[in-house]
Amino acid sequence: MNAKTTSALDLDQSKYNFIDPESAVYRSARGLTRETVIDISRQKKEPDWMTDARLRAYEVFLGKPMPRWGGDLSEMDFDAYTYYIKPSDKREDRWEDVPENIRKTFDRLGIPEAERKFLAGVGAQYESEMVYHSIHEDLAKKGVIFLDTDSGLREFPVLFREHFASLVPPEDNKFAALNTACWSGGSFIYVPKGVKLDIPLQAYFRINSENMGQFERTIIIADEGAQLHYIEGCTAPQYSTKSLHTGVIEIFVKRGAKVRYTTIQNWAHNIYNLVTQRAIAYEGATMEWVDGNMGSRLTMKYPSIYLVGEHARGTILSIAFATNDQHQDAGAKIIHKAPNTSSTITSKSISKGAGRTSYRGLLKVAKGATGVKASVKCDALMLDPESRSDTYPTMEIDEDKVAIAHEATVGKISDEQVFYLMSRGLSESDATAMIVQGFIEPFAKELPMEYAIELNRLIQLEMEGAVG
Amino acid sequence: MPELALDIRNLHAVIEEKEVLKGIDLEVPKGEIHVIMGPNGSGKTTLAHTLMGHPRYTVTQGEACLFGEDLLSLKVHERARKGLFLAYQYPVEVPGVTLSHFLWNACQAGRSGADGNGKKNPKEILAFRKRLNAALESLKMPADFAMRHLNVGASGGEKKRVEIAQMQMLTPRMVIMDEIDSGLDIDSTKVVAEGIRSLKGSEFTALIITHYPRILEYLQPDRVHVMAAGKVLCSRGMELARELEQKGYDWILKEFNVV
Repeated sequence: MNAKTTSALDLDQSKYNFIDPESAVYRSARGLTRETVIDISRQKKEPDWMTDARLRAYEVFLGKPMPRWGGDLSEMDFDAYTYYIKPSDKREDRWEDVPENIRKTFDRLGIPEAERKFLAGVGAQYESEMVYHSIHEDLAKKGVIFLDTDSGLREFPVLFREHFASLVPPEDNKFAALNTACWSGGSFIYVPKGVKLDIPLQAYFRINSENMGQFERTIIIADEGAQLHYIEGCTAPQYSTKSLHTGVIEIFVKRGAKVRYTTIQNWAHNIYNLVTQRAIAYEGATMEWVDGNMGSRLTMKYPSIYLVGEHARGTILSIAFATNDQHQDAGAKIIHKAPNTSSTITSKSISKGAGRTSYRGLLKVAKGATGVKASVKCDALMLDPESRSDTYPTMEIDEDKVAIAHEATVGKISDEQVFYLMSRGLSESDATAMIVQGFIEPFAKELPMEYAIELNRLIQLEMEGAVG
Repeated sequence: MPELALDIRNLHAVIEEKEVLKGIDLEVPKGEIHVIMGPNGSGKTTLAHTLMGHPRYTVTQGEACLFGEDLLSLKVHERARKGLFLAYQYPVEVPGVTLSHFLWNACQAGRSGADGNGKKNPKEILAFRKRLNAALESLKMPADFAMRHLNVGASGGEKKRVEIAQMQMLTPRMVIMDEIDSGLDIDSTKVVAEGIRSLKGSEFTALIITHYPRILEYLQPDRVHVMAAGKVLCSRGMELARELEQKGYDWILKEFNVV
């Protein structure tokens, strides 16, 4: 491990690297048993169907072997995690009512300011439960639902049950099953027919307890002709033992609706980040994943879109950045099931030091899906001789009348570019950072301004660590 | 004796164990414009890149000083910050980085204490944008070039003009131009030459590598040096450039016994 790299990262994460004295009201025993699952459901006072769903998922989880592809999960110990922590008795609606030490944490993350500035609503996840949540009055008037997922289950049981686990069933994969068994928190969003939200909805997520698994479950439903942009950013304090983050996100984009889901994860480098993100797009609908993976020890995440209605469109735009101790196994999946659907996958990955990035993608066109247009572009940039980058693109095209473009590049950082920029006065680290920032520009330009700035700043710090 | 902007003594450089510069001696006094001409493969571009510090070339012998300071011990960006500027024959493309963003950082980097991360002062940015717009306008380029990615998709002529715009923004003390006029049509040559001429003065020193006297008619250089086989053969006035244009290099190579 490069000592200079560490110091740069410490510097960057110092803003987030603080631990509050634990103030949890309830904490489940370590390890996951049938009793723990029942206990979680009871603590949350859930209806029986949810308890049953959790238990069924738990059985699926036990029955599925660990994935042997993707990243190295051999050091993961399911018995070492705590599966549920409830930090305070109830969800708060007013900032003043949030317990003081938790409020301090959020103050340091700048959440209330963020809200005041331009957020329509903030759902802040502290450990497993939403403790702070507000909805802008205008949104409520429009009939928009923006709740933490537990409240969604309580307040909108029919809508909830109709969608929950319908897109990502526990049988999908071992970690989706784990999440279904012990999910807690996440966002539950419904935007009614024809309602277009100009301002992005945002949620902040945090893991605060050592060895605590975080299993947020997010459900987003955009009804016909609705539009929304949801932004999720992650930060976590750094610990010596491994933490686990296993989320499931299900997004339903009804006829003519449009959803963009933007996330940049910057988990500490000891966290396993194993997330299942899936969207379904109906006739004329548009779904866009904008997915940035900067942190974690290992990320396995492949946002997917099922295009099931004619003229539906899907876009997946992602970056992955892996440094010394990291493996970013990320990618994209698009499944064309209807005629005249179109999709674009753009993946950019950067590996530095002994970091490793893998692109794992699937493009599938079902028989009968004529007139499909799809393009896949993945570019990998390696900054050091020991960096590693792999590409695993899969294409299953069962229809002839389609237009598919595929382009992949793997390259080292260009000495000529570095020299050119240095000859104008930029230091080697600044020159390298600028080239990397340029490389991910197609991604960065899709981000809200402050996220783009934060991302560029992060890359700058990484590069200073490299060449110092 | 006038102050020397560039003082090169017995400079030897190799690339992949092959010696390309074989003892260059060259003096460029402050405020003068000098020219290097010479047949292809004589080492002109190598000299330019070696002075800028390109890692492909290794200096094996000799000295090079910029305003009396040793140049060869400095890193590339330090040379730039001391006021050395190289306008490239083939400027590199940098996708995703706008000319404006790049130049802002380059201008900031030249300052003491600044590391490119300094807080941006809105007034300074505004002044910077105005200067950049003026530079582009004087080079007959559209203002939106500032927001285009550095040299990406630009024509040969546009790239050369961008080099001149950078030079105007960074206000270097010593400029080396490597075939800045190659591949330019008559009008573009004039625009580029005007761009260089606008900087002419007692604080501006230039060493221009070229094959064509046309640009030199605009710039009226003080000295013309001829390079061949990794050495400077001779140094004379502007009339030498015209003579080479008419007669080619054979006669001068024979005169100095270079085969």
